[in-house]
Amino acid sequence: MAKKEYAFYPGCSSQLKASASNYLVSTNSMCNKLDIKLTEIPDWNCCGASIGYCEGGELPRIAINARNFAQAETHLPGQDIVATCAACWLSARESKERLDASAQLMKETNEALAAAGLNYKGTAEVRHMVEVLIEDFGYEGLKAPMKKSLEGLKIAGYVGCQTNRPFGIAGESFENPMYLDKMVETLGGEALTKYEQKVTCCGGALAFSEPEKSQKQIRDIVESAYDHGAEMIVTPCPLCQANVEVYQSEINKKQGTKFNMPVVYYSQLMTVAYGGSAKDAALDGQLIRAEKLEKIAGK
Amino acid sequence: MTTANQAAIERYRNNFLKEVEANVEEGHMVKMCMQCGVCAGSCPLGPHWTHSPQKIFMMIRAGKRDEVLGSDSMFMCTSCYNCMVRCPRQLPITHIMHGLANYAHRLGLAPKGQPTRDFATLFWNNLSKKGRVNELMLTLQHYFRNGLVAGIKEAMAMQGIGLGMFKAKRINPMEIFGGHGVKDLKGFHAIIAKAKEIEDRKKGFTA
Repeated sequence: MAKKEYAFYPGCSSQLKASASNYLVSTNSMCNKLDIKLTEIPDWNCCGASIGYCEGGELPRIAINARNFAQAETHLPGQDIVATCAACWLSARESKERLDASAQLMKETNEALAAAGLNYKGTAEVRHMVEVLIEDFGYEGLKAPMKKSLEGLKIAGYVGCQTNRPFGIAGESFENPMYLDKMVETLGGEALTKYEQKVTCCGGALAFSEPEKSQKQIRDIVESAYDHGAEMIVTPCPLCQANVEVYQSEINKKQGTKFNMPVVYYSQLMTVAYGGSAKDAALDGQLIRAEKLEKIAGK
Repeated sequence: MTTANQAAIERYRNNFLKEVEANVEEGHMVKMCMQCGVCAGSCPLGPHWTHSPQKIFMMIRAGKRDEVLGSDSMFMCTSCYNCMVRCPRQLPITHIMHGLANYAHRLGLAPKGQPTRDFATLFWNNLSKKGRVNELMLTLQHYFRNGLVAGIKEAMAMQGIGLGMFKAKRINPMEIFGGHGVKDLKGFHAIIAKAKEIEDRKKGFTA
């Protein structure tokens, strides 16, 4: 039997051939090494993300999140729901807190769920994968499966917004959370703790709708990583990863910069440190290849 | 003017704060604002707003209904939650901004052609169709929002990124024929329809 079991909520971007398929592959590899059993919530749906606000409104957004909770409660009773995507986690946890706080909202939500023969009781907890790692395993526990050190790798920990605000990881500050740096150090890497764009917004969905405005944000995030001597950026959020990696070529084209900074997930770092191959860590899923990490994986 | 908008004007007369409290997500917290301005100084898109959250909150109390509901400011929200965690009075500012944007959008008063308003609408319609986001269609629909010629131009400009994503197995051209979705689509749609019906009735959108 696996050491820990969770109801897994991967989210739309963490599906095969979706924009964070490298997050999904490396998360599975990492969990395998930690003896974590993830079971997907059967027939889960999109969380609505933050940008769903305009057309979606309040109750429809909460109701679709509650649909996932109801599925988890029914099919995976007693297991915490664990999301890897920051937006999924935020939308789900936000919905859960609102439902917990209001009997009226709970009643209306269950009225909507009844249209599909479902009911939500309010028992399942909603957590982020990083919370699971830190709270259920701890930094020492995360060291246990290590086969290799990431020694010599200079890494800028880019936490971003939604893994950090408004909930964040218990005991961390919103302005300067340290957990990502601590995770890098646990794996033997050099965490650039003075990296000042740690919690800057990448522009989120506005990377699509208002590209100039968000590319200014992304430029600051990448530039500062260079200023601190980073060889790669690590992040826990799929939208941060995609925005900060993918638009570097656009910024280069428009602004004459020469950005070529790899942006990886913590799960990719951990998979490599746990002895996984570059393929296990889905390093072939990077647009800007993380060559130094590939080299360690190939050792 | 939409009938829902007409009904709201007649119902609330000059009390716009009351209207916001009754119909906007977390609107009951607006009156807690003490005008300190921390939100205005914390917003990453600050330089681009016509009105900061601080201004929006005072304008609501001052009854500036047309100006608030016609403002592009709420659509500048990237949902970074910086204002919200810093607010000394703990106003859920991000949610109020989302709520105001939704209310203005539903009443037909939000600025026409505002790019984030359009993208946000596209996003919700995309996800609610199959229960999961179809990333390829979302991208294409966004590029082609201003017609075929503009769409081809924009898609061509981004083709390097598209090809990179394809090579990295992070985009699937076959999604044009459907892509990921939930199995119980009928149930999923029924939940959204019921939730919308309840919300519309409560907020007067069906007036």
